Amino acid sequence: MSNTIALQLKGISKSFGSIRANRNVDLELFHGEILAMLGENGSGKTTLMNMIAGIYYPDEGQIFVDGEEAVIRSPKDAFGYKIGMIHQHFKLVDLFSATENIVLGIEDGEPYRLADAEKRVREITEKYGFEMDPRKKIYNMSVSEKQTVEILKVLYRNADILILDEPTAVLTPQETQKLFAVLRRMRADGKSIIIITHKLHEVMAISDRVAVMRRGEHIATVETAETNETELTEMMVGKKISLNIDRDEPQGSIDRLEIRHVCCVSAEGVRLLDDINFTARAGEILGIAGIAGSGQRELLEAIAGLQQLESGEILYRNPKTEETEELRDKTPQQIRDLGVRLSFVPEDRLGMGLVGNMDIIDNMMLRSYRHGRSLFLDRKKPHELADQIIASLEVVTPSAQTPVRRLSGGNVQKVLVGREIASSPTVLMAAYPVRGLDINSSYMIYRLLNEQKRNGVAVIYVGEDLDVLLELCDRILVICGGKVSGLLDARTATKEQVGLMMTKVGGGD
Amino acid sequence: MEQTRSVRTEKKRSEPLFHITKRSTVTLAQAILIRAIAILAALLLCALVTVVLTGDNPISVFITVYKGAFGTGRTLVTIHDIAILLCVSLAVTPAFRMRFWNIGAEGQTLIGGLATALVMFFLHDTMPTLPLVLLMLAAGIAAGMLWGVIPAFFKAHWNTNETLFTLMMNYVAIQLIEYFLKIGDKSGSNVVGPALLGEGIPNLFGVQYLFNILVVALLTVVLYVYLNYSKHGYEIQVVGESENTARYIGIDVKKVIIRTMLLSGAICGLAGFLIVGGASHSINASIVGGRGFTAIMVSWLGKFNPITMILTTLLLVFLGRGADEISTQFGLNSSFSNILTGIILFFIIGCEFFIRYQVHFNHSRRKDERTKAKETPNTTEDA
Repeated sequence: MSNTIALQLKGISKSFGSIRANRNVDLELFHGEILAMLGENGSGKTTLMNMIAGIYYPDEGQIFVDGEEAVIRSPKDAFGYKIGMIHQHFKLVDLFSATENIVLGIEDGEPYRLADAEKRVREITEKYGFEMDPRKKIYNMSVSEKQTVEILKVLYRNADILILDEPTAVLTPQETQKLFAVLRRMRADGKSIIIITHKLHEVMAISDRVAVMRRGEHIATVETAETNETELTEMMVGKKISLNIDRDEPQGSIDRLEIRHVCCVSAEGVRLLDDINFTARAGEILGIAGIAGSGQRELLEAIAGLQQLESGEILYRNPKTEETEELRDKTPQQIRDLGVRLSFVPEDRLGMGLVGNMDIIDNMMLRSYRHGRSLFLDRKKPHELADQIIASLEVVTPSAQTPVRRLSGGNVQKVLVGREIASSPTVLMAAYPVRGLDINSSYMIYRLLNEQKRNGVAVIYVGEDLDVLLELCDRILVICGGKVSGLLDARTATKEQVGLMMTKVGGGD
Repeated sequence: MEQTRSVRTEKKRSEPLFHITKRSTVTLAQAILIRAIAILAALLLCALVTVVLTGDNPISVFITVYKGAFGTGRTLVTIHDIAILLCVSLAVTPAFRMRFWNIGAEGQTLIGGLATALVMFFLHDTMPTLPLVLLMLAAGIAAGMLWGVIPAFFKAHWNTNETLFTLMMNYVAIQLIEYFLKIGDKSGSNVVGPALLGEGIPNLFGVQYLFNILVVALLTVVLYVYLNYSKHGYEIQVVGESENTARYIGIDVKKVIIRTMLLSGAICGLAGFLIVGGASHSINASIVGGRGFTAIMVSWLGKFNPITMILTTLLLVFLGRGADEISTQFGLNSSFSNILTGIILFFIIGCEFFIRYQVHFNHSRRKDERTKAKETPNTTEDA
């Protein structure tokens, strides 16, 4: 690492509507170093990087490249400053070869000669030690090869500053090691690299310095050699903030839902859930904490009958009949036919929980329209329910006939949670129910969940804000990379404990 | 997106002349006004084109168009045309509401017509009218259902592309008809007519086409109720809007796709039955005459609402018949009538843009400041 500054940010701020994604961020990147960006979900890492790469334009602040002020309005401008970003989601043409994808969009005035391009791609791959056949078609490639193409794309355009957005999230541990070897070679070649990651052990393994972000602010940049995982976690999660969420002691808890050895594999063969075990009890809120994409969605969907399991059992104790029902491999309809009153507030509110183009009344019917033997719909009860929810949850809407997509995020969520609670569930699962909501709406959701708990419902709450998890829940199940890394008593656990378990224990390797 | 960019670079670049924003709500009056302006503009342009290209008086051309559709002795034929086109359009509508792009209505109608014709061909002098007509109806509907359900089955189970599949099924239907013509009609006239098929559906109360018109009128109401007030109609809409939501609430998506395409095919088959049994009393590969494709436009323009579709069908049939009339009355090439139809459709479809979006002209900086304050960029963080 040399001591000359390659990239400098001064006072960068960016807002989206009322949400301040970045606040007065100063950051420096030296030539020939690997800088890790660390932070929780929504701490503003990706937004900040997108401003360097020309995807967004800052509201305030300046960017300097090699000491000169740079105006980066588009990814093309960014390449002009020799900055290239490798995004989490690849943007490749499936039917093209690696080389064709790499040269796509280059306008250097030179005639297009694929053979020359291929030669240069080979030179780059040899120089940095990539394993890549330039002629291979994208549709024949593994995820890691596709990532290599994305990196080559950036190198081919002579980038000296490379930004990688969670590159290891899609890689196996072996592939991660190979990637790190390549990154080290690039560093030796004088390139500057910013790598966004959640995994602390990777931060320790690859980076020279670590920049920690929290709630849109740059907390500190520290030398990797002079810090440790505990200190980084503390910086990342911050001091505990008291939220004063009411919490009653669980009353007469009995086991309601038992998850035993649940495993699940994606269509691509990636292990999403790995031997998950836990019990959800009636009259308590069980929190599930984890970095985004650690298997939370698959777990809830598996319980709701939307996700095929490889193995394991999902057992439901029916409070009426005292019988135990196996929910695995049943469709949502079959689960309901068993008399299991399971409510689910999914993460994707408009894409799964509700139908955006339908009005509030029709969305109320989603759960109940089948009632009765009539061929026709009964809109009277849903209308009453809609009016009741609008009144009791203070939904701001012109009328019950307004399509839900026109409502603001908080009101959409109130409609969804209101409907799910209206069916008087025995199990209520909520995935990120307060994401994007303002303070008042959030507290209303906490209040509703607590009400359900008092009514003896087994509540499962998947959240990202550790302060909320610690104050709202009774117990917290921490998962990491599809595995359970611990079960904590929310009344005694600390933020650092949860934070460490989220990032480390069984963390991918 | 565009306006945020223009805002941020305003120091360096001159402002664009206008910018476009999405309307959040449109009142009915606004929508009608925009459409009326569009039709007026279309007629003006048509008049201009007519004068410039032919020198004919545009007013008399318009009168001829009207007479072509509703002149003496024409009204009933025009209404029947509307009924048949509406019937095919109603057929594709349930599928479209489900976002299943059935562009095989032509083939589904043809095969329904073929099945009807086959029943007539073999049985027309063997049984009384009523059972014969019922048998024709059953055969037509069953054939249409079969043609509709095959692509649906493949879509539901292997997610094949329904657009290509239904399109290809059209050609299969056409070839089957050609084959029947070769066998059925030894004279080689390429039409199997009333001589071989018999009388088909008798006239109701002595009025030609009345049976067809009444059937389609009834169907329109029934389908409107089915789509908007039945549980099936609700499921169709949920599946169309979001398959994920449908799965989430436990709708069997495969079942809904297959059931809805059975319905879509059945109505096409019914249309085939009406055309062959109640109007042409003959069969050849052109009896549907492209209605299977025009129906797509009717359904979209009518926003998949059976009642609104009556109006769009009326418009398209009126234009089509009027256009035919000008080409004969004024001795103009038939392409000319196509030009006029094209202009009018362009304006009618194009005006939907103005119903959905609002164009702001940036008259002055001050005004731009005001609009800027009102609009917040709708980008969201994807960190």
